[in-house]
Amino acid sequence: MAGTSGRFTTIIKAKISKLLDRAEDPGETLDYSYQKQLELLQNVKKGIAEVVTSKKRLQMQADKLQQSVVKLDTQARQALSAGNEDLARVALERKQLTQTELQSLDSQVQELEAEQQKLIESEQKLRTKIESFRTKKEVVKAQYSAAEARVQISEAATGVGEEMADVGLAMQRALDKTEDMRARANAVEELEAAGTFEDLTALGSGQDDIDRQLAELTSSSQVDDELAKMKAELGSGGSAGQIEEGQA
Amino acid sequence: MIVRIATEGQYELPDGIHDELNQLDNRVVAAVEADDESAYRESFAALLDFIRGRGTVLDDTDLRESDLIVPPPDLTLVEAEAEFTGDGLLPD
Repeated sequence: MAGTSGRFTTIIKAKISKLLDRAEDPGETLDYSYQKQLELLQNVKKGIAEVVTSKKRLQMQADKLQQSVVKLDTQARQALSAGNEDLARVALERKQLTQTELQSLDSQVQELEAEQQKLIESEQKLRTKIESFRTKKEVVKAQYSAAEARVQISEAATGVGEEMADVGLAMQRALDKTEDMRARANAVEELEAAGTFEDLTALGSGQDDIDRQLAELTSSSQVDDELAKMKAELGSGGSAGQIEEGQA
Repeated sequence: MIVRIATEGQYELPDGIHDELNQLDNRVVAAVEADDESAYRESFAALLDFIRGRGTVLDDTDLRESDLIVPPPDLTLVEAEAEFTGDGLLPD
């Protein structure tokens, strides 16, 4: 097959084969390789659990941010009703930043959900292959001569080994993604700790700094739009009469 | 011929598709070498679609080894480039 296939596919194949060669110790008995297969299955389960844990953490963060969005919206309305447009603007800036974070968290949760499903499928596939290997091993041992059996079983072991390498790769990629998201979740927690998503009544002395960050992070035109919309809503409610002629 | 899409599964493809597969593979390699993100996405998707479309999923109890292994579908261009410089998914 050499020379006829493109490099993109052959590179990976060569590397996986190399990985298998390295892992394959001729002195190992096939029963021992079956034990190793079972161990990898356990590892995959741990990997899935890790993905689930990270997903739950992100979901909890998302729930918190969702509450902040509602709270900040209410506060913007209250501030505007009381005629404090500056405060309303700050609340809306925070709301927008919080919503942006929330969208990002939601898509990360979805991505982890997909990774979780993929790992569960990989685990089941590997489990089936291992079970099939075990059966084949017993049948071949019973029916074939020692030499024939050795060849047949070692071919099957190579097939299972390839599956193991592939599940290992899938798990590594899933955990890398999980790791990236964990770093991001930590960053969001730091913002939370700095009061960025908090309600305005809790604003402390760090206010100026946070406001400056907000101004950098949020799009002021979007905030303007929302502020205008809110004014119009409140205006049509009758409490602030100055917007009778609409937004034009 | 058995082709594995890494992290996805194995497909059995009919004989005689080798040239087509090869052409698709070459397009991906060209896109990676040109550092062309959109060409990479498009050509890699075409390669994957070809395998999924022309192949039949290998039964989970089948223990045969793959003849070819295609990188994971979520491989980024940066990762693909690293793959060619020997620094990629799997160590050289």
